[in-house]
Parts: sequence; structure tokens; C-alpha cells
Amino acid sequence: MHIEPVKEKGFYDFLGRQVEPKGLIGWLTTVDHKRIGILYAVTALLWFLVGGIEALAIRSQLAVANQRLYSAETYNQLFTMHGTTMIFLVVMPLAAGFFNYMVPLMIGARDVAFPRLNAFSYWMFLFGSLLINASWLFNAAPNGSWVGYPPLSLFQYSQGHNYDFWLIGLQVLGVASVAASLNFITTIINMRAPGMTMMRLPVFVWMTFVTNFLVVLAFPVVTIALAELMFDRTYATNFFNPMKGGLPIWWQHLFWVFGHPEVYILILPPMGIVSEVLPVFARRPLFGYPLVVGSGMAIGFMGFTVWAHHMFASGMGNIANAAFALTTMTIAVPTGVKIINWVGTLWKGQIRMRTPMLFALGFIYQFMMGGFSGLMHANAAHDSQQHDTYFIVAHFHYVLIGGALFGLWAGIYYWFPKITGRMLNEGRGHAAFWFLFIGFNTTFFPMHWLGLNGMPRRIYSYSHAQGWDELNFLCTCGAFTMAVAVLLLFTDMFWFSLRNGEKAGNDPWDARTLEWTIPSPPPVYNFEEIPQVKALDDFWITKHPELMHHHDDEASHEAGAGHGAGHVHHDDHGIHMPGGSWMPMVASLGFAIGGWGLVHSGGMYHIKEGIQSALDAATKAGINWDTLVNTAQTVVNTKAPDAQNILSVTSAEGVLKLQACYNGVKTAIVGGVLGVLGVFLWALEPIGGYYIVKEKEDRISE
Amino acid sequence: MSSEVLLDNPHEMGCTGMPHRKILMWTFLASDCMFFGSLISTYLVYRGHSTDHPLPEDIFDIPLTSTSSFVLLLSSWLMVLALSAIQKGKLWEFRLWTLGVAFFGSIFLGFQVYEFTHFIHAGLTLKQNLFGSTFFVLTGTHGCHVAIGVLWLMSLFFYSFIGGVTKERSLDVEIAGLYWHFVDIVWIVIFTAVYLLEYII
Repeated sequence: MHIEPVKEKGFYDFLGRQVEPKGLIGWLTTVDHKRIGILYAVTALLWFLVGGIEALAIRSQLAVANQRLYSAETYNQLFTMHGTTMIFLVVMPLAAGFFNYMVPLMIGARDVAFPRLNAFSYWMFLFGSLLINASWLFNAAPNGSWVGYPPLSLFQYSQGHNYDFWLIGLQVLGVASVAASLNFITTIINMRAPGMTMMRLPVFVWMTFVTNFLVVLAFPVVTIALAELMFDRTYATNFFNPMKGGLPIWWQHLFWVFGHPEVYILILPPMGIVSEVLPVFARRPLFGYPLVVGSGMAIGFMGFTVWAHHMFASGMGNIANAAFALTTMTIAVPTGVKIINWVGTLWKGQIRMRTPMLFALGFIYQFMMGGFSGLMHANAAHDSQQHDTYFIVAHFHYVLIGGALFGLWAGIYYWFPKITGRMLNEGRGHAAFWFLFIGFNTTFFPMHWLGLNGMPRRIYSYSHAQGWDELNFLCTCGAFTMAVAVLLLFTDMFWFSLRNGEKAGNDPWDARTLEWTIPSPPPVYNFEEIPQVKALDDFWITKHPELMHHHDDEASHEAGAGHGAGHVHHDDHGIHMPGGSWMPMVASLGFAIGGWGLVHSGGMYHIKEGIQSALDAATKAGINWDTLVNTAQTVVNTKAPDAQNILSVTSAEGVLKLQACYNGVKTAIVGGVLGVLGVFLWALEPIGGYYIVKEKEDRISE
Repeated sequence: MSSEVLLDNPHEMGCTGMPHRKILMWTFLASDCMFFGSLISTYLVYRGHSTDHPLPEDIFDIPLTSTSSFVLLLSSWLMVLALSAIQKGKLWEFRLWTLGVAFFGSIFLGFQVYEFTHFIHAGLTLKQNLFGSTFFVLTGTHGCHVAIGVLWLMSLFFYSFIGGVTKERSLDVEIAGLYWHFVDIVWIVIFTAVYLLEYII
């Protein structure tokens, strides 16, 4: 086997573009879906630590009554960033890491459809996450919860840059998500191996497909909502300003039209993971594959019809409440179908209690619990009691930790051997599971009672008289127990098993999907020969015909899609691997710098309005802007009005703030131009890369 | 048609017989539908909520905007001709029609700049009232889409002089065309919902 670089050389090589990825530059310029998947997952896990520390800080504050570890303001920032981090910087990107790494392997492809776009998505995500967390350095972390309701989030009530960081950070992350989703949809539609029809796709790939459609259709809505709020804050528009007839409730509608599909964006990928893990460890094919797929699609579709159940307490009226209560209860049906099918898979199975299986079973139980409490507040009358209490906090943590996180951890334990070539330790894995399981239920189950006893969300302290002391202390103990599980997983993953773990081999779990047919970790080109797929669970049929008696779709494989698939290019030149590229990172760096500028232009027109009379006086006196800024600096330093008495200390501060806004606009323009330039260079860049050529002798010897 | 076109990138064609980029563009357009859908809904929800003048009936000039709308729709026709030309390998025709599309798009943008300036002089600004906020953000976003389209088409135009646009790579033009037609169709909806609606309800 040897490597032949692509002949063309040119302009782009001046940046140290590599033929074959090596070292740090190899990672920075990578377009390989496996490397990008690892980058996504590692970044998400690091943010998971940050979000976890924020959670522990929250629980420490609430451990006992009248606690004053932080100010209310800091507490607001902590819970806002905890929510934002866990949703946008942990669960979504960790799922994206699995999409990246696993989807091409599971459908028998050598990469995603647009490798450089994929790199762009990752860098946008990384810079967006850094942008939103940079707010901590300015003591301006977002502070009004992850839903950002106006009028509280309008400039009139939040004058710092807290919300500007939140708005622009989410905008950048949204671009990353949508770009990635367009890529995965195209990949799944268009890059399936010959014979891999849609109804032979592994369920994880199906759930990826549905999830990415949700991203593509839901994110534009929040993009608009965020843009409108940004305009309100920066350019003094009136979208959510009640003084001018704007409707703050309209924000809630736009936000939840995105926000509810978003919770399915978070839960569908773990559902897919669980649907992969259960059959492998129960030694039975997935029970009712078409129903599991169909109910996933139904959940995705119905996810767009239930948004206003987040707004039952907003006074929409009985008819709207009844309608959304009905749709919300209906969405429990396909969810129930999935659970029945998972249980059906276990029924009469030969269950092996390995760590991924434990997490998958934990997922089923806890997600069901979360579903039940969800059904309780699907009832609008109930919800008016539970709205904004700890009951809701308990509910969505059951769905998002008990559900999404357990599912993702099942995925980590299941696929770690494929990604690194080494097994995670079973003993530590079991310990981590029980710490997480007990810790999680200790933390969140008591919150149901706290909520029903009236403890509201988002309060930073409470008094003895309210009678919440014992349960809150219990919750905090549970939270620290969960932290032990996280430490166990992290030390095992990044230290012990990565170095000394048992070697995995190609197929340590005796699994059924295509990624287990190739070495662990997979070679850069994934598949030497693009596989031919003849049935659902093809790999299992090959290995264990006796297990698969009811899967008789061999007869239909002739009609499979993908005959003459154009992406099988294992020709005389060998396998073509695209070259690395700096451009995705340059473009996303540009956009992130632009975002940085936009953050610092926040409040511009409001500030200008506030000092309008001083500006008019300066114009009358013939003072130009630069002089005015200098004068303002002196006024602020000396704390005395200037000689001509144009600027008071307050208006001088306004002038300096306005100057900072103008600088922000300049930065935004520079960043935007850099971003667009990056996109242009990217579009013109030749693919380059190299061919992996296998000698005839190599093939015979294997 | 497209599946018969030779592609110089071996990674381009997928198992459905459609090029990847076409699927990407259609999916993106679906996403953009929700994008404009949200903006148009915002505009419609806030109709009649403005507390201050000027209101639509004070300042809209239907004949003027109809003219610019007509120009934009005509540009779609030129786009069809440009694609057809490059698919037949007629490079000069392609350049002519593409320049025409970009020119018509620019005329539309010129009308929009004129309209915006006129409205601002009539007292309608972003912050004057809800109508101003929703109108400028909606039509401004559409204008940005048109401007990106013009930039894209001009890039193709110049790229054709260094051999970047050929019969074999007509897909590049087809993708740009999909985008352009979409932006036109969105304008039909905006024109109806924002301008014509004032004369119906």
C-alpha cells in the first residue's frame, strides 16, 4: 500500500496545506469526518465539565436555607449558563460527534457529502461556544435564563452586554448546527452504500436524519427571534417593546416554535443510540423496526405542533390551551410505541449486562419517568400549578439527563472501542453507572415534591419557614454523587482505558452494523471496498443466520437503491482522500470575530438616544466626534464637567460607551469581510489530497 | 439532465443519481422557507399594532413597487436562459444572460434603496413604530438575499473568463439558479403579504 499525492499544486499550498494530515496542522485543517467527530465529542465533554461545575455551584447555593455563597446576580448567570451550556454546548455537539463519526461508517461511506463544510460546522461551534463563554471574563454572562424572555431581556431592563453575548453566541452556534444538518441530510440521502435502502438504515442513522430535519426547520425560527431581539437591543426597534405596541408574547411563540423541536433534537439521537445498543446486548433484532423508525418520524413531525404547552400560564385562552394540551398528549403515543418496542426487543432476549446496556436500560426507565411527569403537565389545568416550579425542573432533567445523557453515555461506552481501539473498563463502567443512576434519582426525584410544595424555579435562596430544607439538602448530595460518576468516566476514558484498555478488535460486542466490519480505529478511508448491503442487520445475518429467522428480505435486495452508486471510486487510481483545508477555520474565525463585534455594538441606538442632547450641543459648538471622545475621556477621569459644559459625567460615559459600540461595528465589518473572503477562497480551492493505492499483492495476501 | 453531466469531482454524485450540492441547496431552501416564514409571520402578527404614524397607507407606492417586482420576476426568466445557454455550452450567451440577471437584480436593489430613503424621509425609521421595525427588517433581509445572489452571479460571470464555468460544470449555474428563483418566489409572497394586502383587507 502506498500514497500518491494528487498532481495539482498551486496557490493554496502557501498556507502549509498538507497532502496527508499529520500532527497539529493535520487536526486544524482536517476534513476527515472521524477526526471532526472526535473534536466535537472532546469539546462537548469539556463543556460538560464546565456546565457540571455550574450545576454544582447552583446546588451548593441551594443546599441549605438562607445560603449566601454568591449574589443573586451571579446565581442568575450560573443557572442561565448552565442551561445554555448543557443544551447547546454539550448534548447537541456530543450527538453531533456521534453523527460525524458513526453515520458515514453505518451507511458504508468514506466521508460525509461535504467534508469542508463539516469542518466549518465544527469551527463555528467551537468559536461560538468560546464567544458565549467569554462573557464570564467581562462579568457579563447571560443572566435571564436560557429562554431570554423580553421585556426583561430588552435593553431598558438589561443594559450590560449579558444578553448580547447570549444572542450572538446562539446565532453563531445556530449557523454551525444548520450547516452540519444540511450536510448530514445530504449524506444520508445520497451516500448510502449499494443496497442500503432507507428501510435498511440503522435506527441511529434514521434518528440522525429526523433530528437534522428538525434542526434545519426549527433553527431558522430562533434565528429570526434572536435577530429581532438583537435589533431591539442594538437598533432600538420595537419588536418586543410593549410601549410601542410590540408583544413580548410573540417572542415566546417564536422561541418555543424552535424550543420544542429543540427538545426532540436533544432526545432523538440518544433514542437512536439506545435502539442500536439494545438489540446487540439482548441478542435479538430490534422489535418492530419500521414502527420505531415511523414513530421517530411522527415525533419529529408532531414536535412542531406542541410548542404552546410551554405557555399555558401566559393566558392564551381556553381554546388554545385545550388544543395544545391535546397535541401534547398525542405526542406521547409514538413515544410510547418506541418504549413498547424497546421492551419487546428485550423480551426473551439473552441479555448481557455490559455497561452500554446498563445505560440503555437506565435510559428507558428514566425517560419513561420524565414522560409521565410530562403527561401530567400536558394537562393545562395541572400545569398552572406546576408551571415555573421545581416540578418542571425535575421533569426536564429526567428527560435530558435520565434520557439524553444516559443515552449518550450508552453511546460512549458502546462506541469508544470502535473510536480508540480499546475497551472501557467494565468495573469502572458499572461503578460509574450506579453512581450516576443513584445520584441522578437522588437529585431530581425529590424535586417533584419541592415543586408541588411550591418551590419556584430560578430563586437563589429560600428561608427555613418554607420547609424545603431537607429535600434541597438531599438534592445537593445527589448532585455531588453524580459528579463522582463523571470523574470515573473521565479518568477511565482519558487516562486508564485510552492507554491500557483491553484491545478491542473489529467487533468486540458481536454487533450488527457496518462500522463493526472494519478495524478499530478505522483506517482513514473507512472501507477498503464499499460494502454491498443485502438486508437489514446484514452483518448479523452473515454471522448468525440462526438469530435472524424472521428477517427474510434477501429476496428484495435486488431492488435496492444505490446500484451504480457514483461514489464508489475505488478505481485504478486507488482511493481518493481529499486534502486538508484551512479555509473552513478561517471563514468561521471571521464570522466569530464579526460576532464579537456585534456583541460590543449592543445597545448602540439606545445609548445614542440617551445622550442625544449632549450630541446636539456638541454639533452646535462645532466639536467633531474624535474631540468629543477625548473630552469625554477627560471628563470621566476628572469626574467634572468640561469647560464648555457640554458633557456631564453621565453623558461622557455615554459617549465612551457609544464609541465602544462604533468600534464593535467596525470589528463586525472586518470579521464579516474575513468570513466572506474565507468562503470565497474555500469555494475556489481545489480538492487536492492524495490517493491510497493498494498493490495487487496486498489484496491477495489479506 | 444533471445526472448525465460529467462532473470533474469524483465525490460529487450520490447513490440517488442526484449531485450532493443539489440536495444541499433544496434542503437549505426548505430552511430558508422557515426563515422568511418567521419574518412574514412577525409582520402579519404586528399588522395594525403600530402606535404611531406613518402607516402603510400613508407611504406605500404600489405602481413603483410593482415595477421593481416585475423587473425581479423578469430576472428569473433571464436566469432560465443563462442556465439553458451554459448547458448547451454557449459561453457568450451565458455571460450575456447572467449579466442580465445580475443587472435586473441590481435594478431591484436600486428601487429598494430609493424606497427606503423615501420612507425614511417620510418619517418611517426602524424605531419609529412597529410597522417600520417589521417592514425594514423583512424587506431588508430579502434585499440581502438578492444582494448575495447578485454577488454570486457576478462571481460566476467573472469566473467564466478563467475557464471556471463550462458545459460540464453547469451544475454550478443550476445551483445559483435555484437560489435565485427561490428569492424571487419569496418576493412574490412578501409583495402580496406586505403591499397588496393593504388594498384587500
